[in-house]
Amino acid sequence: MSEKSWKEISIGAVCWKPSTALLTGDWRTYTPVRDPAKCTRCLLCAIYCPDGAIHWKPERNDIEFDYNYCKGCGICANECPTKAIEMKLL
Amino acid sequence: MQSEWKFTSKDIAEKPDLFMSGHRACAGCGATTVLRLLMKATRGPTIVTTATGCMQIVSSMYPYTSWAVPWVHTAFENVAANAAGIEAAIKIMKKKGRVKHSHVDVIAIAGDGGTYDIGLQALSGAMERGHDFLFVLYDNEAYMNTGIQRSGGTPLGAATTTSPAGTVVPGKLETKKPITEIMAAHEIPYVATASPYYWRDLIIKTRRGLEVEGPAFLHVFAPCPRGWRTDTAKSMELAKLAVETCVFPLWECINGEYQLSAPSKAIALSPEKKKPVREYLQLQGRFRHLFTPKFEKLIDEIQKITDQRWQRLLKKCGVSASKT
Ligand SMILES: Cc1ncc(C[n+]2csc(CCOP(=O)(O)OP(=O)(O)O)c2C)c(N)n1
Ligand code: SF4
Ligand code: SF4
Ligand code: SF4
Ligand SMILES: [Mg+2]
Repeated sequence: MSEKSWKEISIGAVCWKPSTALLTGDWRTYTPVRDPAKCTRCLLCAIYCPDGAIHWKPERNDIEFDYNYCKGCGICANECPTKAIEMKLL
Repeated sequence: MQSEWKFTSKDIAEKPDLFMSGHRACAGCGATTVLRLLMKATRGPTIVTTATGCMQIVSSMYPYTSWAVPWVHTAFENVAANAAGIEAAIKIMKKKGRVKHSHVDVIAIAGDGGTYDIGLQALSGAMERGHDFLFVLYDNEAYMNTGIQRSGGTPLGAATTTSPAGTVVPGKLETKKPITEIMAAHEIPYVATASPYYWRDLIIKTRRGLEVEGPAFLHVFAPCPRGWRTDTAKSMELAKLAVETCVFPLWECINGEYQLSAPSKAIALSPEKKKPVREYLQLQGRFRHLFTPKFEKLIDEIQKITDQRWQRLLKKCGVSASKT
């Protein structure tokens, strides 16, 4: 049996699809709900969110929750300086 | 070598995530906030390599990846050797004209198990040989991915599955190994500690670690709700309390010169700001047994050791020892 050169060996464990295809939002029990009137757009929630589930929308000068990925950890609500976010059982 | 980079929270929020959503980390995982912020600090072409551990596992559910940059998984013990190889390869490919970028940054990432324990010799060797890469230790203080086993980074008194709190033993019997000082003793150009709560400080330090010529080591505190038995909402609060109690002070060591970072410096200057360790411990299930009459004394012991280490750090940083 002749040995294969490395160029002939098939590519092994290559992860090529972005994990954004995996919607982790269905893990969530409590949902963060923000009161826009209390929100100062300080962006702390967007910075701390472990799941990158809060986006800054400069064109609207506002943040947006992406419930496709939010796991409902409550970090955003805990850290919000104006207590604008409430964790709700929807 | 001080970075000129100035940024606002909007700049950071606007920068696309290079550590992407959809990863499989537990809700409230502090280490994933660390990785998101770390990747916000990159300055151009970057290659990341990670040792096995939670952050490797949660970011590479085959065939999916959470890395928007070239990323190489490696074995548990050799991430630093891997990074050294990548750096050496880029150097020679640049010389041969095959890599055209003026710089390609290399980041090695490992947990506490992969750094304090099994990866230590590869790390020490790579630092001693002077390879130009940033090593990031995300410290969740146990081998979390395999079910919360104690490591050299697990603190005194913490219950893990291999240092359980029982009727006789109060959790881990040994103290946390001073890994950052061990790295500073290598006299490499850049060593620092950071906490995700102080996100600006973390981003600046990451950028400094990338910009510096030669090896850099960044030790980042990473609360783990699963292993610490904590409320998922409290991960950033714990990352703050660890600094405020001086359990995890923030400092840098640049070419062998120690200096306190702003949040810890504020405590050094106004010692009344230093919080008792009790406030940090009581939020965590892994220390729950310490709040029983049988093991209560260990809280005083943890306070004493924390104070001793803090005083020693103040001395290294040239701050006159305070009363606390
Ligand atoms: C040589 C070797 N031993 C054991 C393992 C099993 N293992 C995989 S991840 C892990 C724990 C990693 O702990 P740490 O580095 O602290 O990272 P964490 O999972 O806590 O993020 C272990 C023991 C392995 N992959 N390789
Ligand atoms: S932390 Fe609170 S105030 Fe700041 S942007 Fe988020 S919701 Fe608004
Ligand atoms: S609850 Fe957690 S995952 Fe959801 S948006 Fe807030 S910080 Fe992000
Ligand atoms: S076990 Fe801890 S470190 Fe691992 S993914 Fe869960 S919270 Fe994060
Ligand atoms: Mg660990």
